[in-house]
Amino acid sequence: MRDKPQILAALLVFVGLFTFPLWHGRTSKASPTAPDIKLPAQEKQCVAPLSYMRNSHMELLVNWREEVVRNDQRQFTAYNGKVYDKSLTRTCLMQCHTNKAEFCDRCHSYAGVSGPYCWECHNEAPLTARSKP
Amino acid sequence: MKITRKDFLLCSGLGLAAVLAKRAVSAVSGSVGTAAPAKAAKHWGLVIDLQKCRKEAGCVDCIKACNVAHNIPQIQDPAHEVKWIWNQPFESAFAFEQTDYARQAYAGHPIPLLCNHCANPPCVRVCPTQATWKREDDGIVMMDWHRCIGCRYCMAACPYGSRSFNWQDPRPAIASPNPDFPTRTKGVVEKCNFCEERLARGRGPACVEACPENALVFGDLADPDAEARKLLRARFGLQREPELGTGPSVYYLV
Repeated sequence: MRDKPQILAALLVFVGLFTFPLWHGRTSKASPTAPDIKLPAQEKQCVAPLSYMRNSHMELLVNWREEVVRNDQRQFTAYNGKVYDKSLTRTCLMQCHTNKAEFCDRCHSYAGVSGPYCWECHNEAPLTARSKP
Repeated sequence: MKITRKDFLLCSGLGLAAVLAKRAVSAVSGSVGTAAPAKAAKHWGLVIDLQKCRKEAGCVDCIKACNVAHNIPQIQDPAHEVKWIWNQPFESAFAFEQTDYARQAYAGHPIPLLCNHCANPPCVRVCPTQATWKREDDGIVMMDWHRCIGCRYCMAACPYGSRSFNWQDPRPAIASPNPDFPTRTKGVVEKCNFCEERLARGRGPACVEACPENALVFGDLADPDAEARKLLRARFGLQREPELGTGPSVYYLV
């Protein structure tokens, strides 16, 4: 029992190191910065409320895809009554989020989303062409 | 309180006026960004007048228009090429329709070929993912490139060679990309879609609009008064290999 102080000290150090993520997260004021996405300047309203779009835009886009390709339903009536073309390139990209790299990509890379592979087929070319002088 | 006949008529008249006014307002304000109404038919078909098509030797306007409209890659290697509408010599397009005299008249003459949008499409029957299917309301044989797994059963099933496989990424081979239509990706099958995306916006197929001789007539084969049906009544229209029972919707007037 002569080693009691050493053992206790080592235990304290161990517990301290083991719980480092917990107390460091609590004590440090700096929270991780949100992704620096660029919102459209001219348009303030998306096709659905912000919270829905943030969580479920992928479901909305899959629904659009199914309805346009398989059911030939091409018009989307938003919750505020406005009617949109169900089109990733023509509506989402060309009307509002004109820079995919600063909107889609920044948040996807922040959230660690690999993919999506929409752009292997769907065009963002007109926009990159437009952003060039 | 007693309602007189006059009051009753007045009230119902006002009610009717209010309903009509609301309809008018919603019709004017509700349609944001909607283009021309979609073209509809029960059975889309294409009639190609080979006499008119012969007039301009070497004309490939219909093919060029389709290539631009649908971002079709131009790949020289015939094993990898992608085609929606293309020319093939009469001898191979109508291998079983030949007499000596037909051969004299049409030998070596290019015939525009495309997906026949069959009434009984064999490609649809074999597709394991229903990536290709026949749209019941207008007869167009559709492709869903999201679902295509690239098994190429449909290519084996199609007796007309109307389907192409993307052996490579098509994007580098597209000279001037059309932003209004998606490209495809490596590993999917594609074919003519009768310009269903243009029909939905009230326009006719690109090849039909591009033809300088109006040799291509697109119309509703279920409508007896349609231009296409009138042509088929007046002249003899050939289908490609009708004996297979596929029921092609593309007719060739000879």
